[in-house]
Amino acid sequence: MEIFIQQIVSGIATGAIYACMALAIVMIYQAIHNLNFAQGEMAMFSTFIAWQLIAWGTPYWIAFALTLAISFIGGVVIERLVFKPIENAPILSYVVVFIALFAIFNSLAGFIWNFEIKPFPTPFGSGALFGGLMSPHQAGMIVVTVVVLALLYFFFRFTRIGLAMRAAAVNPESARLVGIRVSWMTALGWGMASAIGAVAGMMIAPVVFLEPNMMVSILLYGFAGAVLGGLTSPVGAVVGGLAVGVIENLAGTYIPVVGPELKLPIALLVIVAVLVVRPSGLMGRKIVQRV
Amino acid sequence: MDARDENPAISEPPADRAGIRFGALGWTGLAVVVVLAALPLFLANFTIFQLTMMLIYAIAILGLNLLTGINGQFSLGHGAFYAIGAYTAAILMENFGLAYGWTLPAAGLICFVSGFLFGLPALRLEGIYLALATFGLAVAMPQFLKLSVLEPWTGGVQGIVITKPDAPFGLPLSQDQWLYYFTLVVALLLYWFAANLVASRSGRALMAIRDNPLAARAMGVNNALYKSLAFGISAAFTGIAGALGAIVVQFVAPDSFTFALSVALFVGLVVGGVGWLPGALVGGAFIVFIPNVAELFNKALAGAVYGVILILLIYLMPTGAGGLVRKVADFVGRRMKPRPDR
Repeated sequence: MEIFIQQIVSGIATGAIYACMALAIVMIYQAIHNLNFAQGEMAMFSTFIAWQLIAWGTPYWIAFALTLAISFIGGVVIERLVFKPIENAPILSYVVVFIALFAIFNSLAGFIWNFEIKPFPTPFGSGALFGGLMSPHQAGMIVVTVVVLALLYFFFRFTRIGLAMRAAAVNPESARLVGIRVSWMTALGWGMASAIGAVAGMMIAPVVFLEPNMMVSILLYGFAGAVLGGLTSPVGAVVGGLAVGVIENLAGTYIPVVGPELKLPIALLVIVAVLVVRPSGLMGRKIVQRV
Repeated sequence: MDARDENPAISEPPADRAGIRFGALGWTGLAVVVVLAALPLFLANFTIFQLTMMLIYAIAILGLNLLTGINGQFSLGHGAFYAIGAYTAAILMENFGLAYGWTLPAAGLICFVSGFLFGLPALRLEGIYLALATFGLAVAMPQFLKLSVLEPWTGGVQGIVITKPDAPFGLPLSQDQWLYYFTLVVALLLYWFAANLVASRSGRALMAIRDNPLAARAMGVNNALYKSLAFGISAAFTGIAGALGAIVVQFVAPDSFTFALSVALFVGLVVGGVGWLPGALVGGAFIVFIPNVAELFNKALAGAVYGVILILLIYLMPTGAGGLVRKVADFVGRRMKPRPDR
């Protein structure tokens, strides 16, 4: 029983990483109804920017805020520059452009900051919490994820622009008729997703260390979390991300074949199982198609 | 939701409308084959090796095109089937002493079965969800191959080294030349098979499912069966390509089959033109040669240059080489025979 609880707590701690990533994925999905395969690389690039700022002597939280701002602007610029011109292209073209962005960010990060593994500071100090089950950073990560989630909730629920973004996502045509600039709402969605990705990156980097390829597998877990929670629900994304962390840990402990070797296939299994059994995820909206 | 939302893969009309007139198309095809057959006589071994890889990727893309272009299903994970094919060939050759030629049908069969089985749960997934599931498959594949349980066969992280076959019957060809011709013949056979499949009753059923699944079902098409079959056949093509790839490269290891391979195949498909079978060759050439071109600009930034080339391509020819060819053909056709109704 003690092992069980221990595994669940440390699962939640790793799950917080996935929850952060899943949240960013869901944000972008809301804006463009597409899964951004370059999201992980964008987050990685933002984290490198933060690292550079800190290396130049900027205090952590100022670097944090600056990185968020830069990432937000970067996201908007990417949308305006790359995706606006292909607005009506088929989904396949979108995926190819995601792949292109993936290659660009990965290669640029390697070029600018090289492929050496770099440590990334944590603002939460070191030590142990809950009898050594969780580090302060992991606890801090969970708190940050929840704060981001709460901010998102208030933004979408209580601000005009949040309402406009929701309208643009749900029904672009009608939204345009009532005077919402739908295409700018999409750009805004990109900016926010990029900023959330930056938060995720900066929270994850102290755990997995900073290097250009750090996000590839985390992105898959993030997808798994987002799908499990339902791609249309930010709360679901966080719950799903935490759940994936717990599932991964429990399976690693109690199913003999699954050791550290089979961790990624678990993410795959979760994705396929959820999509097959309950495609709308735990908390997502059911999508009904009219024929 | 409009039709494109329901069937995200549709971006082009069916393949059979791609040609202008059969005559012109037939002659062009013949010319391409003649050039392909003559090329290795004038080139260095390494270039021949590259061309062989181009043909191999073309076969894999051909398989992917049957799935995406003809049947409208997504896959970002065909590298996984390529890996299964490659490992099948390597294990059969090294552990069971099978001649390399026989590994191809074996790889095709095994990949057909695995593709069919993966296609079953994939039945319920559409568009981006299917892309996601297959992407997961691609990312997870190297880990499956590294499993310690399978190590006696797969050789774990070390992989398997294969001996390169010589030209048979004392033909005066170098190993690379022989493998090139061997691959070319396999590629032509598979192309012939794919083209016939598309033109057949089953091919029409596959396209009907892509264009309107509901209407297809109303016409009596067994959607579930055909979609799974499409997955199986597509995987079989890619698996055969994988087996050829293993023989030509003489080496398989888990890390040669990362998701980057799947992504490359997918990119090759879109660049060649979704739904246009000959586009596979263009896609294969893109996979083999464009990274080299990107490196010419700047070695350290090759990935970024590659990405920029990709984005530009999507801007300039959003429907791939196939769309471009069709536009040019339309233009020429209109010039030669003005039709007021168009």
